[in-house]
Amino acid sequence: MIELKGISKNFGDTRAVKQVSFKVSEKETLVLLGTSGCGKTTTLKMINRLIEPDEGQVLINGENVIDQDPDMLRKGIGYVMQNIGLFPHYTIAENIALVPKLLKWDKEKIKSRTEELIQKLHLPESTLTMFPHELSGGQQQRVGLARALVTDPSVLLMDEPFGALDNVTRASIQKEFKALEELKRKTIVMVTHDVQEAFELADRICLMDKGEVVQIGTPKELLYKPVNDFARNFLASQRLALEFKVVVIQDIWAYLPKESLKDGDSHSADLSVWEAMELLRNNNHSDLRITCSNQENKTINFEQLTKGFNQFQNAQVHE
Amino acid sequence: MNEQQQTLWQFMAGQSDKLLSQTLQHVGLTFISLLFAIAIGLPLGILIARKRKLSGTVLGIAGVLQTVPSIALLGFMIPVLGIGAKPAIVALLIYALLPIIRNTYTGIIGIDQHVKEAARAMGMSKSQILLKVELPLAMPVILAGIRTATVINVGVATLASFIAAGGLGEFIFGGISLNNTNMILAGAIPAALLAIILDALLSLIQKMDFKKLRKALYVFPVVILILGGFYALPTAYGSTLTAGFTPEFMGRQDGDLGLKSTYGLKIHTIVISDAVMYKAAFAKELDVISGYSTDGRLKAFDLKILDDDKHIFPPYYAAPIVREDALNKFPELEKTLNLLAGKITDSIMTDLNYKTDYLHQQPERVAKDFLISNGLYKAAKNGHNGTVRIGSKIFGEQYILAEMYSMLIKGNTDYDVATKTGLGGTKICFDALTNDQIDFYPEYTGTGLLVLLQPNLKIAKEMAHDKEKTYNYVSTEFEKKFKIKWLKPIGFNNSYALMMRQKQSKELNVNSISDLKNYLDKN
Ligand SMILES: Nc1ncnc2c1ncn2[C@@H]1O[C@H](COP(=O)(O)OP(=O)(O)OP(=O)(O)O)[C@@H](O)[C@H]1O
Ligand SMILES: [Mg+2]
Repeated sequence: MIELKGISKNFGDTRAVKQVSFKVSEKETLVLLGTSGCGKTTTLKMINRLIEPDEGQVLINGENVIDQDPDMLRKGIGYVMQNIGLFPHYTIAENIALVPKLLKWDKEKIKSRTEELIQKLHLPESTLTMFPHELSGGQQQRVGLARALVTDPSVLLMDEPFGALDNVTRASIQKEFKALEELKRKTIVMVTHDVQEAFELADRICLMDKGEVVQIGTPKELLYKPVNDFARNFLASQRLALEFKVVVIQDIWAYLPKESLKDGDSHSADLSVWEAMELLRNNNHSDLRITCSNQENKTINFEQLTKGFNQFQNAQVHE
Repeated sequence: MNEQQQTLWQFMAGQSDKLLSQTLQHVGLTFISLLFAIAIGLPLGILIARKRKLSGTVLGIAGVLQTVPSIALLGFMIPVLGIGAKPAIVALLIYALLPIIRNTYTGIIGIDQHVKEAARAMGMSKSQILLKVELPLAMPVILAGIRTATVINVGVATLASFIAAGGLGEFIFGGISLNNTNMILAGAIPAALLAIILDALLSLIQKMDFKKLRKALYVFPVVILILGGFYALPTAYGSTLTAGFTPEFMGRQDGDLGLKSTYGLKIHTIVISDAVMYKAAFAKELDVISGYSTDGRLKAFDLKILDDDKHIFPPYYAAPIVREDALNKFPELEKTLNLLAGKITDSIMTDLNYKTDYLHQQPERVAKDFLISNGLYKAAKNGHNGTVRIGSKIFGEQYILAEMYSMLIKGNTDYDVATKTGLGGTKICFDALTNDQIDFYPEYTGTGLLVLLQPNLKIAKEMAHDKEKTYNYVSTEFEKKFKIKWLKPIGFNNSYALMMRQKQSKELNVNSISDLKNYLDKN
């Protein structure tokens, strides 16, 4: 668990971060979202004391970080840098083994853990003996991730971990990332300025502007209950796509036709509207069978899906 | 040159022992000082990379130190560190310091900030960051600095021979003063090769990728240590007294060779430059030195000339030597230059030298004072009837003589005067004369005989102790060979001499070279 209490930081006259407070619970992913220069990186760095706050406190699992030895603290927290920051003079294997070596792991353990990780992150084994400059940007980013994950820390800080990638690669890495079992066990604070990415990966989003927190909430809350114009406008341009992603079948269950005729494969109602649409379009199915949490089944086609979604939409606005 | 003419190869082969030991000393000096320079420069570079405010001051000081002329630096060291290895190593290390500090500093501050931050973010401690990130990443730049320092050191180490620290400079400077081209080359070629080879080797290391570099870096310090070890510090003095002789004196028949063969003198000897020799004797670093009998420093440092009772030092009577066509061109010249003939005795010359060398009076003033007190001074006529070009070698006495001649010519003739003082050595001066760059300069009979004419040993021996014979021989031979005329001697005899501190000479009751030999044999 991570807790920030009224954290502020000035760089000369620049007030980079002002009175930021939030809590991240165990195994939760909080995404810091905001435009460039709004203080996301600064906030993140104050969590592992790369930057010392001028005011406020940071607690990790109830302990004030200021009371801990900074080097020990950082060894226990995974950190993925905005600029990757691999050591150019170390091979990939050595880059990954950096923290385990500092922690004096034995060689065998480092080796097996490294192999496990590069498999999970889909890095070819041949890269292990290469140097960072011999890898593509996407591969480097995975190595950066592996370096942060290798000791399986319970807390992970990630600063635009997919920042350097083109959209296609980014989407696919995000998916792999989401699917990683390891990450589901971790308390994560992640920084991004990409709204789509925030919605894709966040349990909760902390929207920031000019060093201050504008709103903290689930993606759904940000979409449907923005606290002010800034929050509303921030999402406006991608609103429809975001809604498709945020709303799951369960949410629009009431607006879908009742009857279920077909047997066979059934999908969970946790499916987002976006995912349901993708399935309907790509698999050449005309309809999709879905099982809700109370074991009720419904079969829907594309038309029924969009209609149900629209009715849900209207209901939200009039709430 | 004559029958002593031999090829460079023969010379090197004949002197291979010396050549090898000098080369090893040279390498050793270079690397031992490099080692210290790294030991001091690297931490300093790291320090100023941490505390940037200090960088201006530290780099500034190192920069200024590097601009101090080498000879001057060596000179400053003597009162503090004496002569021999210590001051040479310190001087070399001072020259090597700047490139090492500067490159360590720029190498470290040039490292990608993100990489440093990543190191912190992974929980590396300050010392781990330094050793595992900063130094390895700055290493190519640091190595470039070490490379520069090494090449500088190979060059400057040639000067170590000035203060008895050995190295290839012994050949180089010995050769220059002995007018022995082979000897110069025997020192200069290995020194140049050393610089080239070391430079190439270091550039190889510098260009390695990180993988190879890492291995090389383990070997590197070991190699430096081993090479530094070549320089076995001068140990185990062979006798109770220590002599310091100039490289020139070491190589001459009328020098160290004669001392050995004629007197059978066995004394622990180190090679040292004339510039620092007297000071070293005064500071009791040396007990016996090879000086010049009219040197002003004799008086300044209270030294005593040991009597040359077996006459190995040939006479060195000074006289102007003039190209004959210059005498024809300037008919008044001979008469005017001869005004000084016989006027300056040994003790007068020593006193004049003392005034310039030790009291730091201008040679011009010393010359004028002397001419006035001897009734020879006349105000300049500012004539324009052609310009006489006077040369002089690069030491005090010659400057004074050149000034006197200049004033005499200006006061007594209608000629104008141009002085080209400070011509490096006998060879340079003489070449300038024969090539019509100067019209005359003061030369010494002994030098004319042994350095410029280089007759066979028999003639040389026969001449050696007789003032008249030597003068007549060089006069005739110069006339014949070079069309150069020796005018009348000025009077003083600036010959080689062995000297000791007055006090020590009294204590040991050593007044002549034979006394010295007897003393050494007994002790
Ligand atoms: N070391 C520093 N010195 C001075 N100013 C800084 C420093 N670090 C950040 N700032 C300033 O603080 C503000 C917040 O910077 P920060 O890096 O936290 O922004 P960010 O939200 O991470 O932006 P981006 O999305 O571009 O990475 C910016 O105005 C920045 O210029
Ligand atoms: Mg940032």
